[in-house]
Amino acid sequence: MIWQFDIIILIFLVVAAIVSLRLKDLLGASMVFGIYSFLICLLWAEMGAVDVAFTEAAVGAGVSTVIMIATIFSTTRRSKD
Amino acid sequence: MKVFGLVAVFVVGLLLLSATQDFPSWGNPRSAASDGEVSSFYIEKTEAVTKVPNMVTAVLADFRGYDTMFETVVIFIAGIGIIAVLRNFEGSDSSIDYDNDDNGAGLLARFTCSLILPFIQIFALYVVAHGHHSPGGGFQGGVMLGASYILLALAFGLSKAKRIFSERRTMIFAVVGIFIYVGWGVLCLLLGGEFLNYSVLDSILPGDAMMARSYSMLVVEIGVAFTVTAIMFSMYSNLSTRGRLSKGL
Repeated sequence: MIWQFDIIILIFLVVAAIVSLRLKDLLGASMVFGIYSFLICLLWAEMGAVDVAFTEAAVGAGVSTVIMIATIFSTTRRSKD
Repeated sequence: MKVFGLVAVFVVGLLLLSATQDFPSWGNPRSAASDGEVSSFYIEKTEAVTKVPNMVTAVLADFRGYDTMFETVVIFIAGIGIIAVLRNFEGSDSSIDYDNDDNGAGLLARFTCSLILPFIQIFALYVVAHGHHSPGGGFQGGVMLGASYILLALAFGLSKAKRIFSERRTMIFAVVGIFIYVGWGVLCLLLGGEFLNYSVLDSILPGDAMMARSYSMLVVEIGVAFTVTAIMFSMYSNLSTRGRLSKGL
C-alpha cells in the first residue's frame, strides 16, 4: 500500500465524479463515468480486494459504459438540466 | 429545489463523514469484522474444508450459496424486465433479412476484432473455470463473455451476432444457467443432504467430500456464467435498438 499513489487516485476519482455529474454532454459524461469506474477499480486492487476490482473492471468500466453509450444513441445527446 | 438538494447532500455527507470516525482503522485485526468467530472460521478453515484457495469464491459459492443463487435470479429478472419494457415486436419480423441489415464498423475495426475476439473468449472461459483458484468467477467471466458478443455486434453488425446468439438461444442460455445452479442444489437434496450442501455429493463425484465442494463451486460458477453472458448480450441488443433487435449501432 503506497499512500502517495492512493492520494493521487483519490483526487482523480473525486474530479472524475464531479465532472461526470456536471457535464451536459451525456456521451462525455458516460465516458468520464467509465474513467471513474476504472480509477475505483485501481483503488480496490491496491487495497487487496482483487475480486471486487475485477468485477468493477468488467462490469463498471466495461459493459455498463457500453450499455450506457448504446442507450444514449437512442435518446438525445444533450442533457436538459 | 436545487438549493434544497444541495443542502440535503451537504448535511448527509457531513453525517457520513462524522460516522467514519467510529470505523476501525484500515487493516485493524482487532476490528469487529475480522475479530469475530465467523471471519476467523473462513480465514483459517476455508482451504481445509473446501480445498479452495480463493476465500472470496468459497464464501460466495459455498458458504453463502443461497445469496449467490438469488443474485443470479436478480440478474435474470433484470434481463426479463428490460425485455418486457422495451421489446417491440412490430418493427421486426421473425425472419431477419441478414444481407440487408448489416451496419458494422470499418475494415480495420472488423479485422482487429476478429483477431482479439478468440483471446477475449478464451480468457473469459479461463476466468470462469479458474475462479475458485484465482480472482474471478462466474460473474466476471460471464460479463467478459457477454462483452465479447457485444464487441462482435459492434464490429460486424447486430444481425451477424444474432446469427450466433439469437434471441431464442439467449433466453435458453439464461434459463439453463439458473437451472444448473438450482438443479445442483436439488441434487444435494436428493442425495440426502441439505439444499446446496455440496459435501454429500462425494458419492457421485471423484475424490472426498472436500473435493466435492471444490467441484461443485465450479459447477455453480458455470451456471452463473451462462445466465450472466446471456443477460448481458440481451440487455445490450434490446437497449441499443429500442427493442426492435435490428439495425443497432
